[in-house]
Amino acid sequence: MKALRRTLTTCATALLLGPLAPVTHAGEATPMAENPVVEARLIAISEELRCLVCQNESLAGSRAELAEDLRREVRKLIQDGKTDPEIKDYLVARYGDFVLYRPPVKPTTWLLWFGPFALMGGAVIGLILYLRRRATRVEPSHLSAADRASAEALLADTPPRPKDPA
Amino acid sequence: MKRFLIPLGLFLTLVVFLAIGLNRDPHEVPSPLVGKPAPAFSLEKLAEPGKTFSPADMQGQVWLLNVWASWCVSCRAEHPLLVAFSKQGGLPIVGLNYKEVRGDGGIDAKKLSLADETSLTRQRAGAWLSQHGDPYTLSVLDMDGRVGIDYGVYGVPETYLIDKKGVIRFKQIGPITPEALEKKILPLARQLAAES
Repeated sequence: MKALRRTLTTCATALLLGPLAPVTHAGEATPMAENPVVEARLIAISEELRCLVCQNESLAGSRAELAEDLRREVRKLIQDGKTDPEIKDYLVARYGDFVLYRPPVKPTTWLLWFGPFALMGGAVIGLILYLRRRATRVEPSHLSAADRASAEALLADTPPRPKDPA
Repeated sequence: MKRFLIPLGLFLTLVVFLAIGLNRDPHEVPSPLVGKPAPAFSLEKLAEPGKTFSPADMQGQVWLLNVWASWCVSCRAEHPLLVAFSKQGGLPIVGLNYKEVRGDGGIDAKKLSLADETSLTRQRAGAWLSQHGDPYTLSVLDMDGRVGIDYGVYGVPETYLIDKKGVIRFKQIGPITPEALEKKILPLARQLAAES
């Protein structure tokens, strides 16, 4: 299905770009950088990959020399007909999961993927417990009937406030 | 009193995590190649044009593969240690001269023919070794950096400790420090030498 879609995309791109492409004779190799389908895939793949030299840049955007070399390798793999997962595996085998901006879900990355949710869950449980405990802790007033009567008497004796001079 | 202990505890936990985070070097990415067979290659030797070396030639020996280049500043810092170490004759060190010409920003290697690049590589690498000392059993030329990619090289110098069966057992990223040599590489190498 994926392959079919890719073929269709390739065909559509070829149809669209066909009239624009420079006339090439049969048997002549197109220069790598001028194959728009390969370049589009190269950019799509390398945006998902980290450049190891400047670690907050993607392989697509980095001007580091290693990034250039790696783009060259990825371009070659695309031309060899490798699929996207195969190309990513090629890089992971050499540089580790760190090259992937989207790390795979596996035991060593569980903390990374599920840690925030676990923390939030813990916080919610803590909040619920706290609120429940607080609800039971509101104590009834200790005011006796006599205290209440004297308080009311004091309040009733309070002289009215002087009116504002204005 | 207990009320203050909880935020204090949280704060201290945070401090511990931050302290660990700040003391780690984000440039040291653990290599997935440790524990895996050293990738095969066949590259021309620096000293003997036309002759090639491949890791299989070292079968049965514990050895170091050190990635270097004359333009690499940290290599210069590491080099005296390697020279001294090689004089003790502990382990054979194979040098992987990495992108000697292409890695040097000052030269446009695209304008050079392969033959010109090879001879320039030999000339520069050879001159550097005769000036700073040659600790290597032999050096090989990885002019386009492809073997470097297979070994996951992303910052020169890097050093791999490879066992008798050809499996990578340790990777040093960046220059080898006396501490790393004494505490990590040598003990592990001794242990590996004892393996059959």
